Amino acid sequence: MRTRPALLNVAHRLAILAYIAFALFPLFWLLKVAVTPNDLLYTEGVRLWPSRASLEHFDFVLRHSAFPVFFRNSLIVSGSTAVVVTILSSLSGYALSRFRFRGKYWLVTLMLLTQMFPLVMLVAPIFKILSPLGLTNSLTGLVIVYTAFNVPFATFLMQSFFDGIPKDLEEAAMIDGATQFVAFRQIILPLTLPGIAATLGFVFTAAWSELLFSLMLISGNEQATFPVGLLSFVSKFSVDFGQMMAAGVLALIPACLFFLLIQRYLVQGLTAGAVKG
Amino acid sequence: MDYAVRQGRSAIRPPLMKRLADASAPYLYSAPALILIVTVMLVPLVLGVSYAFRDVQLLNPFSGGFIGLDHFRALARDEAFFRSLRNTLWWTGASVFLQFTFGLILALLLDKPFRGRALAQALVFLPWAVPSFLAGLNWAWLFNPVVGPLPHWLHALGLMSQPANILSDPGLAMWGPIVANIWWGIPFFAITLLAALQAIPRDLYEAASIDGAGAFQRFLSITLPFLAPTIAITILLRTVWISNFADLIIVMTGGGPADRTQIVASYIFTQAFKRLDFGYASAIALVLLALLLAYSLLIVILRQWLLSKD
Repeated sequence: MRTRPALLNVAHRLAILAYIAFALFPLFWLLKVAVTPNDLLYTEGVRLWPSRASLEHFDFVLRHSAFPVFFRNSLIVSGSTAVVVTILSSLSGYALSRFRFRGKYWLVTLMLLTQMFPLVMLVAPIFKILSPLGLTNSLTGLVIVYTAFNVPFATFLMQSFFDGIPKDLEEAAMIDGATQFVAFRQIILPLTLPGIAATLGFVFTAAWSELLFSLMLISGNEQATFPVGLLSFVSKFSVDFGQMMAAGVLALIPACLFFLLIQRYLVQGLTAGAVKG
Repeated sequence: MDYAVRQGRSAIRPPLMKRLADASAPYLYSAPALILIVTVMLVPLVLGVSYAFRDVQLLNPFSGGFIGLDHFRALARDEAFFRSLRNTLWWTGASVFLQFTFGLILALLLDKPFRGRALAQALVFLPWAVPSFLAGLNWAWLFNPVVGPLPHWLHALGLMSQPANILSDPGLAMWGPIVANIWWGIPFFAITLLAALQAIPRDLYEAASIDGAGAFQRFLSITLPFLAPTIAITILLRTVWISNFADLIIVMTGGGPADRTQIVASYIFTQAFKRLDFGYASAIALVLLALLLAYSLLIVILRQWLLSKD
């Protein structure tokens, strides 16, 4: 009777291993080609690891290409977006969590609708609006657009964190004479720090990944974010796979760091932005 | 008496300024977010709707005039558009179905406690954190016979007569972005379903096995009914999201070869980004919006009907 559960356990572990292999294989291959010297890339074919690994592609990408600039631009855009969104959404999330007010239903409906409709619809009109303001080909323009796109989902996320904090805390402070805003800033916000970190992480990841609007709004190399730079590199020098994949590995680093940061909050974040992904 | 009561009430009423401040507080908290959403999303949306009836071309300074339904007449004769509609169905259906199936299996596997579960969970969820443009490029490279192993493996298995790139094969190209999308989207379903699984009371399973229910029977009569609402809502929302998700397609195939992988969302982007024809792009976008509204309405009606049946 004991062999059947044992067999099932083996099958279970094997299935888990298969999923892990499927999840990691593409990233492993990215790394593998990135460390394969050019002379081995074509001769060794589909070997799982090159007979000689080198960091020459990383060296080239970091010192002789524009990728450090793209990386910096993306960091600026994603970092600023994350900070601004977190500030705005902690305010609006607090309003949704603590107040009953006229128009609240419509505010929530509007925010839900923005999560439903295809953002690609806005590519052309946003370009037309930002262009005369000098906000195309500008990192500021991207930050404004990304902030607006991420505020609704971040608001719901922050609201869920505020909902987890008992109301008595700020009520006690207000009886002691503090205004609600002071109570919010000095008592509630510090208690929400993990939630704030999670929101920062989610928004940073979303902004770091955004492709369509950065392609449309940015044209020069100077202001290019990482995806724009990488795609133009792909279409221009489509033969140098080693360098492209080294650049790809670089793009992966901040995303993975933030993933580790927000891992614990994945469920909350995904349900808050269920349609965002 | 009446007068006294009113007097008393107004005596404990806070001063006007304080009351005004209290009443406006929620609006002040939500104003910055609301203003941003209205100016960056709602205003462009309305402007985009107006473009659908105007001739707006970025490079033509004389464009901008009102042309009525001309875009829609052109759209009705546009073979590429109807192909993109069919492709959208195929892309969305295959992606959602496979993401959900593999996501559910993964969630069930992870629901069972075992040593190293936290690590395994972090590793299998990692693709979710990979930026979509990188996921697309990564899979495009895997499918590329020059640097990728997949064509050689498929060839070795006898599934392919020679190691070729499926992304340039009109008949198979759509599978490229679909596979990338499955890889990227399994974690989403697995995470949401795992959360729902862990909310099922454990004693239900114990009671059922005492009553002699087998594993499969327990799955059918406990797990599935508990998961059903989560499954329904995630699939419905995800369907909308994936049907509009053009990143992988734009990165991997650009809609080609011969528009075989063009979905409506990527067609809109191509019209705006490559041809700079904002008017036509907005007309397609308006049709897409109408279709999505119809889909949502259908869901709402279906839900009402299901609720009224109980």
